[in-house]
Amino acid sequence: MNDFIERLNACGVFPLRAAGIDILQMNITRRCNLTCKHCHVQAGPQRTEMMSRQTMAHCIQAAAHPRITTIDITGGAPEMHPDLEWLLGELAVLNKRLIVRSNLVVLLDPAYRRYLDLFAAHKIELVGSLPDHHAEKSDRQRGPGSFEGAVQVIRELNHRSYGLPGSGLTLHLVHNPVGAYLPGPQSALEGEYRRVLRDRHGLHFNTLFCLVNNPIGRYADYLKRSGNWSDYMHTLRCAFNLQTVSSVMCRTTLSIGWDGRLYDCDFNQMLDLTVNSGAPKHIADFDFARLAEREIVVRSHCFACTAGAGSSCQGALAD
Amino acid sequence: MTETYYEPRDLEDFANIGEDAPEAGRKFFDYYATATGAGKLTEREKALIALTVATVRHCPYCIDAYTNKCLSLGVGSDEMMEAIHVGAAMVAGDTLAHATQIRKIIRKKEM
Ligand code: SF4
Ligand code: SF4
Repeated sequence: MNDFIERLNACGVFPLRAAGIDILQMNITRRCNLTCKHCHVQAGPQRTEMMSRQTMAHCIQAAAHPRITTIDITGGAPEMHPDLEWLLGELAVLNKRLIVRSNLVVLLDPAYRRYLDLFAAHKIELVGSLPDHHAEKSDRQRGPGSFEGAVQVIRELNHRSYGLPGSGLTLHLVHNPVGAYLPGPQSALEGEYRRVLRDRHGLHFNTLFCLVNNPIGRYADYLKRSGNWSDYMHTLRCAFNLQTVSSVMCRTTLSIGWDGRLYDCDFNQMLDLTVNSGAPKHIADFDFARLAEREIVVRSHCFACTAGAGSSCQGALAD
Repeated sequence: MTETYYEPRDLEDFANIGEDAPEAGRKFFDYYATATGAGKLTEREKALIALTVATVRHCPYCIDAYTNKCLSLGVGSDEMMEAIHVGAAMVAGDTLAHATQIRKIIRKKEM
């Protein structure tokens, strides 16, 4: 038994079960133009994993289920998948909430610039990463010049009305700590981001999502290398907040890997922890009813989702 | 094993200081939360004040806690240093301001 199960047991909330499937999250590639130091996917330009069209077709079929409201496309850098344009066209027909997670910088590359207009045409909800509003801190995590690149892309998105109130084109930004500490309250940080981005760069966005860095992948390597591992894990355990457990994202999300395998979340995906034995493990065998009640596979890294105000792909879980 | 008076883990016991004086403990923690939470001043401004006081008062626990809090709130290292210089200047200033006491006594005592 791992310590997260022990904690849930002690609080009388084990096992943790899914409560439906609201969001289908597709991780379509592990390729990325960046190699961020905190990346749980360990993505980079050398990665070759790409979801096949056939698997995409299975995902589209599953996404059509009436109870699924949202399709969330992530990677790596989804823009680097040669079939993204086709996929967005197929998914747009479903008329559901359609999210793409972008590192923003990739949209400066002439090969992918067309997505600036394409995203707007399909009214894609964009979630762009900007780890910190200080350029030098952000660059320490994502590489030199990446902050300035993201600023340029946000400007271009603002020109297309992304991030402007009432435009119907939504741009969320993602903050995650550049180091071994937890993010502060989302509302306080959002105010700070808004002030700095507006006053110094003339930029606008809708919401800031604050994410706790999950102690897996490259971030785990960083924690160990820098002597912060045990302190960080201790901090996460101490910050356990029972109130967040009922709304951890795996309860309403199904995560699909590039090869079609099914997971409770993107973190479990990177740890190769497929959905619990009772449920179908591949999108080709999608069965809403069985997956909607599956038992969630939990390990120590889950403490990152329940720390403080909690953390999910949509930011904090509690106030 | 080396033991020191100050250990990072000591702080875990801080929440229990009210055990032998529950009413005072509860009142202290209520007061602490009100005083350090966002009010007319933001949480960020209060965290910088707290970090400065912690450093001036040489409290390793609070320096650790409030450096982390400042990082979490997106306070830059340059801003933290700027705040600490206010603390350092105040310490220097209040030391030197007390020199007026010395001068007053000297003026009175010397012929
Ligand atoms: S964190 Fe995102 S942008 Fe950075 S390497 Fe990973 S997938 Fe790419
Ligand atoms: S890491 Fe978070 S989202 Fe994933 S299974 Fe654990 S609690 Fe759920």
